[in-house]
Amino acid sequence: MPTVSFTSALQRFLPAPTTQVAGGTVGEALGAVFASRPALRGYVLDDQGALRRHVAVYVNGQPLRDRIGLADPVGPRDEIYVFQALSGG
Amino acid sequence: MADRLYVGTHKGLFELARGNGGWEIVDVRFLGDPVSAVLADGDGSVYATLDLGHFGAKLWRRDNAGAWSEVAVPVFPQKPAESADDPHPWSLGKIWVLEPGGVPGRLWAGTMPGGLFRSDDGGESWSLSEALWHMPERRQWFGVAGGEQPGINSVLIDPRNPSDIRVGVSCAGLWASTDTGASWQIINQGMYNEYMPPERREDPIVQDIHLLSRCVAHPEIVWCQHHNGVFRSENAGANWYELTAIRPSKFGFAVAAHPHDPNTVWFVPAVKDERRVAVDGKVAVARTRDGGASFEVLREGLPQHHAYDLVWRHALAVDETGERLAFGSTSGGLWTSEDGGDSWTMPDARLPPIAVVRFAPE
Repeated sequence: MPTVSFTSALQRFLPAPTTQVAGGTVGEALGAVFASRPALRGYVLDDQGALRRHVAVYVNGQPLRDRIGLADPVGPRDEIYVFQALSGG
Repeated sequence: MADRLYVGTHKGLFELARGNGGWEIVDVRFLGDPVSAVLADGDGSVYATLDLGHFGAKLWRRDNAGAWSEVAVPVFPQKPAESADDPHPWSLGKIWVLEPGGVPGRLWAGTMPGGLFRSDDGGESWSLSEALWHMPERRQWFGVAGGEQPGINSVLIDPRNPSDIRVGVSCAGLWASTDTGASWQIINQGMYNEYMPPERREDPIVQDIHLLSRCVAHPEIVWCQHHNGVFRSENAGANWYELTAIRPSKFGFAVAAHPHDPNTVWFVPAVKDERRVAVDGKVAVARTRDGGASFEVLREGLPQHHAYDLVWRHALAVDETGERLAFGSTSGGLWTSEDGGDSWTMPDARLPPIAVVRFAPE
């Protein structure tokens, strides 16, 4: 099962531990995380289910290609990393 | 008089209490996070909305026991295919204003990109005012300098009738509902917008309303700080006339109506409109006590030397007596008055840029 990890910056607002979940795409894997932690969803995705503008997702160190549909495929050994795209001051 | 004051800033929420020695900060919450709206409700709850740069808009509530917890934010419905050409996103940008609904547990939230939401359970759940959102005219609303999206900046609930609602929109005029949001119409007549093409300047839907404020004891009296000047309505926002006596300038964002006196209101003028600083580098409050026929410029206790503070639309407040006021600036200045604005003092603090200032009701 793919592994999903979240930036420590999120831990300031709510728990977001690293987990292994079922899923063949990034969207499915994130959906599995949000099913058990529904409050986390709104921090990562917008109201239409797309990745938030200032949130980044990398799969095995490479940026997500489909930020709207989250359809990038993932395999059992893949690592999904969710973090913030730094901005502001 | 109100003895609690909440100050929402770019870097957190500050609670001040009034003691014998003046106002003091007694609590700091959400340090480092931008606060976009605050409401101290009559039931003892306090609400603060955050505009997290990365992670979106959030809503927190403090209960009567003093415990803060995160509650739900409004969520827009799935965007249907036939709305693909809607120029505005169907996703919450930020909560710009929170107002009590006149019914226990009810809140109204005005948002960017222009959705109005209602909660009947103290923010546990929200429903979109579908009638307002689905109006074809909404697509004509346009974004403002404070954001790329249109936003509802004012929500006025008639204190005599909670089903009577008026909302002010940047930029889209004043919309009214008399059936708790089931239907809406634009009502503002008499305003003009100088920056529009000449043939559109008096069109109600292009009016750049910065903020509306209503006299609680005389709800038919509504005041407006508009991009092009200050206006007064004597019929709850339907017809407006400009108050040309305003000094030292007619531009600004904030307005606060006296809660009892229909002829008294406060504004905080600034240099229009690309510069947006205090006029002549001197912070001043404008007050009329005669319905706008004349204005006093109040400066006692306010910085008058190289002060470039701007006061955002939600950063001026008056309490229920009409005597105690507070306002905060983009430079982190915070001033309070105990005498209706005649004189001002500054708490011992240097705060982050201030977006919103609100008193707790007594």
